[in-house]
Amino acid sequence: MPAPIRLRELIRTIRTARTQAEEREMIQKECAAIRSSFREEDNTYRCRNVAKLLYMHMLGYPAHFGQLECLKLIASQKFTDKRIGYLGAMLLLDERQDVHLLMTNCIKNDLNHSTQYVQGLALCTLGCMGSSEMCRDLAGEVEKLLKTSNSYLRKKAALCAVHVIRKVPELMEMFLPATKNLLSEKNHGVLHTSVVLLTEMCERSPDMLAHFRKLVPQLVRILKNLIMSGYSPEHDVSGISDPFLQVRILRLLRILGKSDDDSSEAMNDILAQVATNTETSKNVGNAILYETVLTIMDIKSESGLRVLAINILGRFLLNNDKNIRYVALTSLLKTVQTDHNAVQRHRSTIVDCLKDLDVSIKRRAMELSFALVNGNNIRGMMKELLYFLDSCDPEFKADCASGVFLAAEKYAPSKRWHIDTIMRVLTTAGSYVRDDSVPNLIQLITNSVEMHAYTVQRLYKALLDDISQQPLVQVASWCIGEYGDLLVSGQCEEEEPIQVTEDEVLDVLEGLLVSNLSTPVTRGYALTAIMKLSTRFSSVNRIKKVVSIYGSSIDVELQQRAVEYNALFKKYDHMRPALLERMPIMEKTATNGPTEIVQTNGETEPSVVESKHLPPVTHSCISQSFDYLLLLTLCLGIPPMTAYNKNGLKIDFTFERANPNPNIAVITIHASNSTEADMTDFVFQAAVPKTFQLQLLSPSSNVVPALNQGTVTQVIRVLNPQKQQLRMRIKLTYTLKGSAVQDLAEVNNFPPQSWQ
Amino acid sequence: MHFLYPMCCFNSLLNLTCQNQNNYIQDHLKSALFDAFCLTADVFNRPLCSLISLFFHFFSSFQMQFMLLFSRQGKLRLQKWYVPLSDKEKKKITRELVQTVLARKPKMCSFLEWRDLKIVYKRYASLYFCCAIEDQDNELITLEIIHRYVELLDKYFGSVCELDIIFNFEKAYFILDEFLLGGEAQETSKKNVLKAIEQADLLQEPRHEYFNVPVY
Repeated sequence: MPAPIRLRELIRTIRTARTQAEEREMIQKECAAIRSSFREEDNTYRCRNVAKLLYMHMLGYPAHFGQLECLKLIASQKFTDKRIGYLGAMLLLDERQDVHLLMTNCIKNDLNHSTQYVQGLALCTLGCMGSSEMCRDLAGEVEKLLKTSNSYLRKKAALCAVHVIRKVPELMEMFLPATKNLLSEKNHGVLHTSVVLLTEMCERSPDMLAHFRKLVPQLVRILKNLIMSGYSPEHDVSGISDPFLQVRILRLLRILGKSDDDSSEAMNDILAQVATNTETSKNVGNAILYETVLTIMDIKSESGLRVLAINILGRFLLNNDKNIRYVALTSLLKTVQTDHNAVQRHRSTIVDCLKDLDVSIKRRAMELSFALVNGNNIRGMMKELLYFLDSCDPEFKADCASGVFLAAEKYAPSKRWHIDTIMRVLTTAGSYVRDDSVPNLIQLITNSVEMHAYTVQRLYKALLDDISQQPLVQVASWCIGEYGDLLVSGQCEEEEPIQVTEDEVLDVLEGLLVSNLSTPVTRGYALTAIMKLSTRFSSVNRIKKVVSIYGSSIDVELQQRAVEYNALFKKYDHMRPALLERMPIMEKTATNGPTEIVQTNGETEPSVVESKHLPPVTHSCISQSFDYLLLLTLCLGIPPMTAYNKNGLKIDFTFERANPNPNIAVITIHASNSTEADMTDFVFQAAVPKTFQLQLLSPSSNVVPALNQGTVTQVIRVLNPQKQQLRMRIKLTYTLKGSAVQDLAEVNNFPPQSWQ
Repeated sequence: MHFLYPMCCFNSLLNLTCQNQNNYIQDHLKSALFDAFCLTADVFNRPLCSLISLFFHFFSSFQMQFMLLFSRQGKLRLQKWYVPLSDKEKKKITRELVQTVLARKPKMCSFLEWRDLKIVYKRYASLYFCCAIEDQDNELITLEIIHRYVELLDKYFGSVCELDIIFNFEKAYFILDEFLLGGEAQETSKKNVLKAIEQADLLQEPRHEYFNVPVY
């Protein structure tokens, strides 16, 4: 039997294939040859065959029949075999297959091999893909190697230990003794991996964190040496000594200094030093500065240092390098809540970033701009943001429009300005506005009583220009229906009143009814608006005619309305003025629930009766049951629940919906303590599945007083765009009578209304 | 047909393990072998596991989840995964990510948000180097890591080009595994990484004077 072809030869051959089919044929032929070679237990060429298989696997072809062969290669005595075998194991096996467990024994042997490169292979494989069972079996060996004096092995063992801890967190304790003198190593590789190991341990366990706080002076010293030492060719990157190690140390310092005054103070100097001395002409220097800024913002640093950090970010914003600008915007977004004033100083630069060509930068700049809007800068900011709304890509328009509405609602300097801003958004990005904005806008307009004439006039003019943007058309129709009399009588004070007759108005509304551009919902709005005008206009006959025509419309919704309105003309004409009079001012949160559907003699009256009392949303939404349900849930309160009750600590959740976005659930936690002693250093943390997004605001305090004398409250906002069932894992840490307590719990008993 | 021959492999492996006096491992292996036998037929029916379950973890850790190298035509040249995923999931992620990155215009920044990860990518000649890092990771230093890996390849192959990586993909992996372990840098000195690779290369059999004679 001739020797199987060499790896490079195969690669060369496969690359000559001109079509996918040709390639597939070659691969199949070679796979068959490899399979028979495997069957014959050929030791000499196993390595070559597996290497070829790995190449074919990378091209996307199945290679599972080589899995056991990898194991045999690993078990071989030859280094070449082991090298390919371990590589194959890492590529073809993973912990979901039981086959990989067979490696455990081989890895164990190789961890004790006489050649360090073999030990290295074993450590690498274990640290890359070892399952929990393997980690449990081999943790002892890793721990042993962590104590060796061979730095080549020590550094690998440290990272392997990180993987073991990630897989089996309970094993963390056993690595503690070995960490004793890790930081006194001179070898940078060992130092770097040790810092990574310490970081992992501190992240996972508050006890470890407390234990390792004493390392802060040593870490500060190491960092100082790196900065002050002269040029070291081995670790130099563009004039900076070992930036990887610097960044890692800064990160560990961040974790150690968080919520600890003493540690934070101990690192203040070195942070200032790094922040001012690092060379910023290349990316590597900026990477270190970035990490420094993140650390300064997270620990309890003095205010001078914080301002320094924000200024560094401000400088980043002016950097030519796009990546730096992006990173700056991201960090500023994180800090804007806590250091609002400092970030405000860079507002103009941030607003300039709205004009950047890069999509990611634009998005960040937009989010940050909205975060920076306040009562003082609203006019200027809104001008920029509206300009951005005009010119930005469609993917931004919805978010930008929502942001503008929110900001306008909070900080509008005058009602007129508010209406103008809304008009601007509706006319420029009207089709991207979210569905729930329409009822909100209608409510807003209703409540701005003195602006009715102005609003209806502007909306009417906008309708004359363009009837394609549905949200604009819907709001406009509603307004004309309500305030058409003001329009016709020319009562506008804010601007030059236009001359328009009743017939012209009715022409426009009828135009909406027949236009192809109008959606069924819009048509519904238009018809109702025409009906309302019957009590405000004098040309009742025309309106009667229109309404009766639509009594035989194919659209069931329109037909129903037309029939009901017809009935209103015929049998209930005496009720008509009362039913169709102006809407009263609405409450901000819809606390009044819908009236019960009163069945009067089986007539179709009820829906018309309802319309008097409900917010206008139901006009268009009554047929769409899910919107109705949404309204119900808005109106009915969502019951509170107890999320956690153990060892004297009770955590209750109360809910409300964030207006205007129904996808956000706002949960307030109330923590109470029924034991005799106060719970201090109380920290509440929560995690949600990745389809959700979580925002945790600051707690009211971190001391839960004893004997239920008070509660700690904290607000959680959960974004649930996919309306999935809400689940949460919570972690509670506190100190009770001198000892630290930590507990994890799952919260699954959320009431369905909180996430539906 | 293909699941018949593992039987003979199992026997030989069983023989190997019987020499092992450790009963626990023996029993463990025997049951694992039986499962593996059933597995080879089953592997095609393995359902696609939800990626959501993968990414749900309590602590937002610092970790590189995977690194991909691919050409401008979207052909994969190297894939290193530091999180456990099925083949199907890996293929899906690779396909989607390659598409996303290749769609980026040249002047755009090197970072993008994709699913719940941050993707850091850089193009060197005809190859895209793409890393997926987690929320808390430092994007700028990840760029440096990518650059360091490229420098290592360059030093090893002498002015590296895509063809080098195609024809010597296993060496590219070996170099990567000497530089990163579990997604973290294990050695920050370029010299030391290259020295280790050199030494390891010398250990390969057959030992020729000219070790660039193909070994397999």
